[in-house]
Amino acid sequence: MLRVKDLAVKFPSRFGDVTAIEDVDMTIRPGEIHGLVGESGAGKSTVGAAVIGLISTPGYIANGEITLGDTDLRALTPEQAHAVRGDRISMIFQDPQTSLNPLMTVEDQLIETIQTHSDVSYDDAHKRAVDLLEEIGIKNAAERIKSYPHQFSGGMRQRVVIALALCTDPELIIADEPTTALDVAVQQQVLDLLRELADRRNIAFLLITHDIGVIAQIADRVTVMRNGEVMESGETAQVLGAPTHPYTVALMDAVPPLDRKIARFRLPVEADIAAQTTARGADAQKWLLEGEQTPPTGLTVENLTMRFRGTRTSLWQKPEHFTALDDVSFTVRPGTIMGLVGESGSGKSTLAKVLTGLLHPSEGRMTLGAAPLPPARQRSRHHPSRRLMQMVFQDPYSSLNSRHRIGAILSEPLWLYGLVNNAEDRRALAMSMLDLVGLPADAIDKYPHQFSGGQRQRIAVARAILARPKFLICDEPTSALDVSIQAQVLNLLKDLQSTFGLTILFITHNMSVARQMADDMIVLRNGRIEETGPSETLFTAPKAPYTQTLLDLTPKMPSEWQLTGSSSAS
Amino acid sequence: MIALLKRNEALWLFVHSPAAIIAAVVAIAIILGATFAPWIALVDPYDLSSFSLFDGLLPPAWEDGANPKYLLGTDDQGRDMISSILYGARLSLFIGLAAMAIATVLGVSLGLAAGYYGGRFDAIVMRIADVQLALPAILTALLIDGIARGLLPADIQQELRVWVLTLAIALSLWVNFARTARASTLVQMNKDYVQAAIMMGQRPIRIMFVHIFPNILGPLLVIMTVDLASAILLEATLSFLGIGLPADSPSLGTLIRIGMQFLLSGEWWILWIPTLFLVALVVSINVLGDFLRDVFNPRLR
Amino acid sequence: MAYFILKRLIQSVFVMLAVAFLAFSLFRFVGDPITQMTGVETSVADQERLREELGLNDPFVTQFVRFTGDMLQGDFGFSYRTRQPVAEMIADRIPATLELGIVALLISLIVGIPAGVYTALRPRGVVSQTILMTTLIGVSVPTFVIGIMLIFLFGVQLGWLPTFGRGGTVQIGGWESSFFTVDGWRALILPAITLGVYQLTLTMRLVRAEMMEVMRSDYIRFATARGVPMRRLYFKHALANTMVPVITIIGLQFGGVIAFSIVTESVFQWPGMGLLFLESIRFVDIPVMGVYLVVIAFFFVLVNLIVDMLYVAIDPRLRVKDAA
Repeated sequence: MLRVKDLAVKFPSRFGDVTAIEDVDMTIRPGEIHGLVGESGAGKSTVGAAVIGLISTPGYIANGEITLGDTDLRALTPEQAHAVRGDRISMIFQDPQTSLNPLMTVEDQLIETIQTHSDVSYDDAHKRAVDLLEEIGIKNAAERIKSYPHQFSGGMRQRVVIALALCTDPELIIADEPTTALDVAVQQQVLDLLRELADRRNIAFLLITHDIGVIAQIADRVTVMRNGEVMESGETAQVLGAPTHPYTVALMDAVPPLDRKIARFRLPVEADIAAQTTARGADAQKWLLEGEQTPPTGLTVENLTMRFRGTRTSLWQKPEHFTALDDVSFTVRPGTIMGLVGESGSGKSTLAKVLTGLLHPSEGRMTLGAAPLPPARQRSRHHPSRRLMQMVFQDPYSSLNSRHRIGAILSEPLWLYGLVNNAEDRRALAMSMLDLVGLPADAIDKYPHQFSGGQRQRIAVARAILARPKFLICDEPTSALDVSIQAQVLNLLKDLQSTFGLTILFITHNMSVARQMADDMIVLRNGRIEETGPSETLFTAPKAPYTQTLLDLTPKMPSEWQLTGSSSAS
Repeated sequence: MIALLKRNEALWLFVHSPAAIIAAVVAIAIILGATFAPWIALVDPYDLSSFSLFDGLLPPAWEDGANPKYLLGTDDQGRDMISSILYGARLSLFIGLAAMAIATVLGVSLGLAAGYYGGRFDAIVMRIADVQLALPAILTALLIDGIARGLLPADIQQELRVWVLTLAIALSLWVNFARTARASTLVQMNKDYVQAAIMMGQRPIRIMFVHIFPNILGPLLVIMTVDLASAILLEATLSFLGIGLPADSPSLGTLIRIGMQFLLSGEWWILWIPTLFLVALVVSINVLGDFLRDVFNPRLR
Repeated sequence: MAYFILKRLIQSVFVMLAVAFLAFSLFRFVGDPITQMTGVETSVADQERLREELGLNDPFVTQFVRFTGDMLQGDFGFSYRTRQPVAEMIADRIPATLELGIVALLISLIVGIPAGVYTALRPRGVVSQTILMTTLIGVSVPTFVIGIMLIFLFGVQLGWLPTFGRGGTVQIGGWESSFFTVDGWRALILPAITLGVYQLTLTMRLVRAEMMEVMRSDYIRFATARGVPMRRLYFKHALANTMVPVITIIGLQFGGVIAFSIVTESVFQWPGMGLLFLESIRFVDIPVMGVYLVVIAFFFVLVNLIVDMLYVAIDPRLRVKDAA
């Protein structure tokens, strides 16, 4: 009943019109969840915006048809189109934190929407709103409805958003990354809810996401997009299980499986860094290995506790302490990768900050190699651990100073730690290092904004490695990246780890990624270690119920869909 | 050229903004005229021997009874208006730029350090800023001026007039810079590149000035432009109130104050020409400030 | 919430103390109070006795505490110039300045907010561009020039309105008001516009910037996607959210109104506090200067406390507890 044909959207720019999407065809039937999957820049959100008629200015539909039932959506006047919005088509946004008006109660927002589209009394609208909240799983709805958005937790807020999209009984709901901002447990609940609504109310969903796992789990049909064009489209099992388009094949190869560990991701040659390294990189490799005289360095953490003083909100109560890390002890064996998983708020980033000396722990001891690792306030700027321990951050857009050239960024550890004292040598080494991470030599005079997210992350890795570290902390290094880029960076990290004998603490929220990287694992929850042990045992026979839950909730796809991902690539 | 325009967004926006181009031309013309006033002005308004009372109150060249030598007429003392205005603008611009420079250095250093160190230092700086905010710019400037009158002996007062005025204006403007620098620094502090630098053990001074400072330059540049305009206005206002510069070394504000005496008589040019000049200068600076704001904050476009 | 208000209250007290300290330092260190208070004929011994009587030989802290205590009791000392109690001089002038400031602020809000909303919603329209250009000139023309222009046009050329003074005023319980006579209003119009124009441009630009920011937010996009009527979207959803930051800035602007009232009062010979302050600067009348400072800071702090409470009233996030 939603039919999109030959759709093209263009954005005028100072270089002429830029085509955001072109030749997009799609059909969605009632009760169908239609997945629209693609990496960043694929134009998938633009498709959703075009359907609901909210393309951000100055973009415009250049060509194509969009029909909903018998209505030609493109022929509507702005007023008619606005009347259709909410009534027949509705939308769910990514971030429940920002998609509700903070100054209005949930009640007001629901009733306002209901009364806009149907001529019902306030009491009827109120009743419908309460029933709806009950239906989508908000307990005690008659009370809770009077609350403001900030009084709901993230997952509950996304339910409120869904209720708002649903309250007028639309035929089609466009869900733009509805679970991306949510933890895995909440994600599962929201996905179940969408599936249930599609089945029971016969609502059609256009589910826009970058997460192939989500698609695999609930979508009936899927359209794969890349650079504004449709690559492949059809039944989910067909497209993902037996992809015909090379892009879809590569995409599926890059998805980390949860049920087994693969040595390296299989990548197309042009994306494989190891295949691109030239002789130039040998200099950096040689220089780095020169510093490699000492054996790998492990890390031991004993009884680490981190308490934050809460913000004072009341006159009479003392602010409550918030315990981010609670008596955490573990050992990272020299030369291995320790995976650290946990949901948001589990304390995993706090742990990284305590280790790197950005936060001063309340209690506990840390030992790096044989020497004690002083806590933040006792760690001088010149302490050897400043060099020995380096970090790769999550967001490559924020971890490189956008006002410095790549050359300056890469040279910084070299002169700061007194590793190379001659500016020309530093530059030569930086160039050689760029080759090791698969970037061209002329990158050295460019600025970070001239690179893609994946390229920036490789530069960030290069910077960390140039300090000749023994211990590397990777804090969600791939969670901001597309899945094919993720595979590339994970391969790179694995290669560097084995070449230079690094010890790595690999922090992630993604169980599948953790499985690909880790030799040992820690599962963290609310600042406490739930389970720790060798990675293979933990994934195949988890002891803690929480680990089991996390594994169960991670979206996965039938293993026969992923026969690729060989252990003998390159 | 076209390649350069395509690469540099700010430049591209600039050549497509007629208002910004006109403003830049006007501002540059005034700045050049003011800078080279001693070489291009007909007379030296500070030198009583260079003009004559006989030329007094001549209207601009296009009116009856004008002397074409004095294009925009003369004042009651016989001073050529153009010369007075150029010298006045010179003084106004000097005070404005100097005040802005002092306010920038003071405000940015304090704001940057407050944002970087946080905690008690931040609290102290921000409380001082609170107090400063409770005493608005004109008030602060007047106050400092008043204090200088009370403290300095009369003969030194005249000599230090320009400096007292500059300092008074600077001290009333620093809060803007401090607050902007602090807010922008706090944003940068949360970015990983700063965290990385701290983690690596770089010196705080380096982190503040080499890492953070270039990243907060955009908003600061906007404030600098807007505050240059404010400083010039403030100087004019103080001089107009008779508290700024005396009549023998007139700034634009002083010229307007003198012109006020002719509001009711027919010699309109003595009041309105300097006024127009001041407004043109400030409007151009503000248009440029607005343009910069659009460049650095594309969401307001 | 109570904690939020209390915190602001403590900050306000701090600001007041700091300003009082400033005023005290002025009084104590700029010129010698004794020479100012006495004439040339007073003997050195008398001067010393007076110094002792006034407690000027006491420790610094004691003097400051006494100074603050006196202020709290309404004892603001005597003017060097007129020998009158400063409290009286200021009290006489407060109504004129406050009435001028309030009318100017109202003008700025009543015109500025709708203009800001309009230019935010139709950013590319001809009307919006014209308004924006006009306001840019508005912030660039000094207040005194606006005053002169208005006087010249409406006072001198057209002769419609008086160009100085307050016109007819009515005494209401010691408050000298110009709100109750036609003459008073006629005298008030020009100064109020003069003072209001600059604030108006600031208000408009601020509302515009905030409104544009809000219109881009997810919740507005979501409300649009739900088909909420445009009028409701703009005025119920967007404007309310715009008001949160705008109110804060308007509180800060009040300081600007008071400050620029010095200029306006000077141009229009408006008998308010600002004019008094200018005179006191010219004659280095330190006690008046100091007290003026304290009074201005007090109004500023008071207005901002009210703003904080409004803030709490508008924003439920400050009022209602968060999700557990």
